[in-house]
Amino acid sequence: MKKDTMKRILLLIKPYMHFLALSLVFAVISVVLTLYAPVLIGDGVDLIIGRGQVDFKGLAPLSVRFGAVIAGTALTQWLMNLCNNQITYRVVRDIRTEVFFHLENLPLKYIDGHPYGEVISRVITDVDQFSDGLLLGFSQLFTGIITILGTLAFMLSIDVKITLVVVCITPVSLLVAAFIAKRTFSMFHKQSSTRAEMTSLVEEMVGNQKIVQAFSYEQRAEGQFEDINRRLQECSLKAIFFSSITNPATRFVNGLVYTGVGVFGAMAAIRGAVSVGQLSCFLTYANQYTKPFNEISGVVTELQNAFACASRVFELLDEQPQKSDAPDALVLTPEMVTGNVDIEHVDFSYVPEVPLIQNMNLKVQPGERVAIVGPTGCGKTTLINLLMRFYEVNSGEICVSGHPVTQITRDSLRSNYGMVLQETWLKAGTIAENIAYGKPEASSEEIERAARAAHAHSFIRRMPKGYDTPITEAGGNLSQGQKQLLCIARVMLSLPPMLILDEATSSIDTRTEVRIQQAFERMMQGRTSFVVAHRLSTIRSADVILVMKDGHIIEQGNHTELLKKNGFYAELYYSQWDTQGGKEA
Amino acid sequence: MRKLIKYLRHYKKESVIGPLFKLLEASFELLIPLVMAGIVDKGIRERDTGYILSMGGLMIGLGVLGLICSLTAQYFAAKAAVGFGTELRKDMFAHISSLSYTELDALGTSTLVTRITSDINQAQAGVNLVLRLFLRSPFIVVGAVLMAFSINAGLALIFVVLVPLLSLIIFGVMRASIPVYRQVQNRLDNVLLATRENLAGARVIRAFSRQKAEMAEFDSQSQLLMKTQLLVGKISALMNPATYAVVNGAILLILWQGGRTVYNGVITQGELIALINYMTQILLALVALANLIITFTKASASAIRINEVFAETSDMAQPLQSAHQAFSGQAGAAPAVEFRGVYFAYRGNEDALSDITFAVKRGQTMGIIGGTGSGKSSVVNLIPRFYDVREGSVLVDGCNVKDYRFEDLRSVIGIVPQNAVLFAGTIRENMRWRKPDASDEEILRALEIAQARDFVEAKPEGLDTRVSQGGKNFSGGQRQRLTIARALVGDPKILIMDDSASALDFATDARLRRAIAKNTEDMTVFIVSQRASAIRNADCILVLDDGEAAGLGTHSELMESCEVYREICQSQTDEKETKRA
Repeated sequence: MKKDTMKRILLLIKPYMHFLALSLVFAVISVVLTLYAPVLIGDGVDLIIGRGQVDFKGLAPLSVRFGAVIAGTALTQWLMNLCNNQITYRVVRDIRTEVFFHLENLPLKYIDGHPYGEVISRVITDVDQFSDGLLLGFSQLFTGIITILGTLAFMLSIDVKITLVVVCITPVSLLVAAFIAKRTFSMFHKQSSTRAEMTSLVEEMVGNQKIVQAFSYEQRAEGQFEDINRRLQECSLKAIFFSSITNPATRFVNGLVYTGVGVFGAMAAIRGAVSVGQLSCFLTYANQYTKPFNEISGVVTELQNAFACASRVFELLDEQPQKSDAPDALVLTPEMVTGNVDIEHVDFSYVPEVPLIQNMNLKVQPGERVAIVGPTGCGKTTLINLLMRFYEVNSGEICVSGHPVTQITRDSLRSNYGMVLQETWLKAGTIAENIAYGKPEASSEEIERAARAAHAHSFIRRMPKGYDTPITEAGGNLSQGQKQLLCIARVMLSLPPMLILDEATSSIDTRTEVRIQQAFERMMQGRTSFVVAHRLSTIRSADVILVMKDGHIIEQGNHTELLKKNGFYAELYYSQWDTQGGKEA
Repeated sequence: MRKLIKYLRHYKKESVIGPLFKLLEASFELLIPLVMAGIVDKGIRERDTGYILSMGGLMIGLGVLGLICSLTAQYFAAKAAVGFGTELRKDMFAHISSLSYTELDALGTSTLVTRITSDINQAQAGVNLVLRLFLRSPFIVVGAVLMAFSINAGLALIFVVLVPLLSLIIFGVMRASIPVYRQVQNRLDNVLLATRENLAGARVIRAFSRQKAEMAEFDSQSQLLMKTQLLVGKISALMNPATYAVVNGAILLILWQGGRTVYNGVITQGELIALINYMTQILLALVALANLIITFTKASASAIRINEVFAETSDMAQPLQSAHQAFSGQAGAAPAVEFRGVYFAYRGNEDALSDITFAVKRGQTMGIIGGTGSGKSSVVNLIPRFYDVREGSVLVDGCNVKDYRFEDLRSVIGIVPQNAVLFAGTIRENMRWRKPDASDEEILRALEIAQARDFVEAKPEGLDTRVSQGGKNFSGGQRQRLTIARALVGDPKILIMDDSASALDFATDARLRRAIAKNTEDMTVFIVSQRASAIRNADCILVLDDGEAAGLGTHSELMESCEVYREICQSQTDEKETKRA
């Protein structure tokens, strides 16, 4: 699994191999130069021994060389960073786009079945964390390893014994860091679980503050909050303090290394084994040597995290996309649509254990109005999902104009349905753009005509910029009714031969409601339409009423027939629209 | 940030000891290069092994002292910071409870959640870092420069030039990159928005076969983000190489100039090494400071957001004691609820209600109907005094609501809010919100009236059934019935149902209304609804149109006299049905 993730990450990087190679070359050069600098400084120090003992002739070329090394280091470091940036951000763009493209091809089942937040966090947060880890990995893991090896080589070339001092004491700092990290892990865990506890309490109590106040629950809420807050204080203090030991502790070990090198080096200098300049060079190395170790251990955790994030993203990419259209699938043009819709022996369920629609049969003649009624959760929306082929039937067949829907391309099937749902979705953009959503090339006259037909023209005209008024996220600047009118206008623009309409249950004021009603009425003229109906007038005027309950069509017929039957529809009818009548009946 | 410092008041000692010990540690660190210079100049030159060993011992000693000081500093800083966070959190939570609906509307509850959690955490981290490191870095820089002066004033001038130059580079790069980072954040937000939009609109996008266009749009957003990221990468990639070059350039200068100075016998070789070491210390300190500033900017952005919350205060005062105990006396004397010429406006808006007057007797049911935005909820929100009227007065049991303490007033009112929210815990715990000591019998009775007893008892664990956060493990209809039951526990004198039966199917809704009417004779009930059928049997119906009372009376009276009411009824039933009623 982990191996697989690694492999896929490498595959993602593959197109940028040239950047990677360059980055490696620059990394090696810059590290070697960085390590060479202390040697030069040491050499310089050795040329400056004391009063009257300074080799100015030697110092001049040395300075030139040092200058060149400085310039070279700075340049290669910068170029390496640029290469790493190129790799990281390009890979991130690639993966994000790939995920998004994949989303557009995933069956709706996936999108409906996962909270948006979860998917979004994969596309945004996980990819971001992955990119951070990748960048850090490239810039620090490489250079860290090369630095360690290089330092070792340079130190060995100067003096073996002092090198041994460094090599022996350094691991102590790593051990100390590891020891502390292990100890603090449980404290951090406790802190984060307590924080999570607090967040969920706050989400409830602050998020629903109005209810809290309505029930005079403030005191009790504060009590609960205080309890968690106290516990959080305790475990936070521990977690923060113990984790902050790491720095001073490693610095202390560093100091030990420094002292060791100083003392041993000084002894060696007395013996004449090393020069003072070499000693100062060693001291610099001793200071630097633990740094890459610490960095690498940091990078490793970061990389682990990045891998975890990457695998979450890959998980999403591995979701089976919907079956693509058959190569010989029919492209259904509006001219080919007769208006017949036949549902034959259809079975469907979202979860195999819970059967929903079972053996549904329905023949709709051209131009008929089908009203679907029933209590919430009875399968009304499911029927729309199947008609639009958002979901596939488990067995049975749905035919449009005599062709089974599975043999029609999805796009052409859907473009023959005009759909207005209760949840009005609008895109960020202008009003005109939204009306022309299904037909981006529409002229402004066409757009206005559609808006007029949808009774939306008058309110749009009153907007500050008319048709060019931008719609803020999720249509925040429009009322629910206005949004619905725009959705109707959107369908009006192309007005396909078949319709699927979902009447709003509430939150629309009476006058807008009347307008929507009129717009619906106009659309349905002569078109086969399916209406999830809530209002009596729609239902009464329907050619066929489907009464659904628990996924079954339990009654079917027109208003008078169904009332006569005195069954579920009649009960629903009387309780809903006429309580008095209900009592009489 | 400054305004929040008062939350350290109980941790004065800690907030002084922390930085103090940190400075002590830094001083020890500044001494190390001098000791090393001694080893070179005295130990090596004079071949004094004893001196070298004792200096080694001194360095270890300084190291141990440094470790102790720094641990002390860490501990006190952590204690002060955590204490700061804890008190701030407590205070903010209490502050939020003291806000009235007006301020809650202005702030929005979802942002309050992030402010009390992540913003306070951010501020706490900032305080911790400041106490530990903020003084340390400048101290090391100044200390190193001073030490350099103590060695040789001439060479120290190189330091004097270097420090501002380094600062200029580090802060220049930061300054140039921060606005671009902000732009990256905005572009990322756009990508996020596009993703969210596509998830929410999956059906419509597919219905219009617009997947390809959406992909192209996302691709260009993503491309734009990448370009900005590359730009900011280019800028910030300058930081390390530039500082490296400057510091090493300075070392080169020190070698060159130092050579002369040593030649003249003014300083020793060891002191030259010490100068080079001080140079490195300055670099490290400045880099640490730069990192610190990033954290600090984040913390101060959080501090601003925190202060915004505290800046909102409620102007709704409550008396020390209620003028009168509501509903303690005999029925009949005063109307249960009365509105006298009430005008009301949400903050910064035009009047949402104008000149509303009505009186409801005890035990009566009042229906309130009207389109969206007509002011239905505003009317009922004034009864428990969630908002104050702009003009006129609201009376409960004959006494102005402003003369009650909030708790006394609200304890006689059962409220069923528009959105049916339950809280994590058991059903029993949720049912005890109004009355903490309610017995199971009382709870079951309330559940029965709310038409919820059947499904609760059908659960294997009955009243002990777990409710997940928000009540998400119940269907919308079940949640609504549970919230109705919650309001009924403890026999409130006034029941307010704010469009709270919308998720119920009509049959259940009708049964519910009958049960309430039958079981709660003494209770005054307010039903806000969009459905004419839900309120037609009320004793009195208030018809609202754009904040004004368009009619007040019984169903049959209003059918005769009120145009708006007739229109609503007609849109919901059809002509024939209406006439028959």
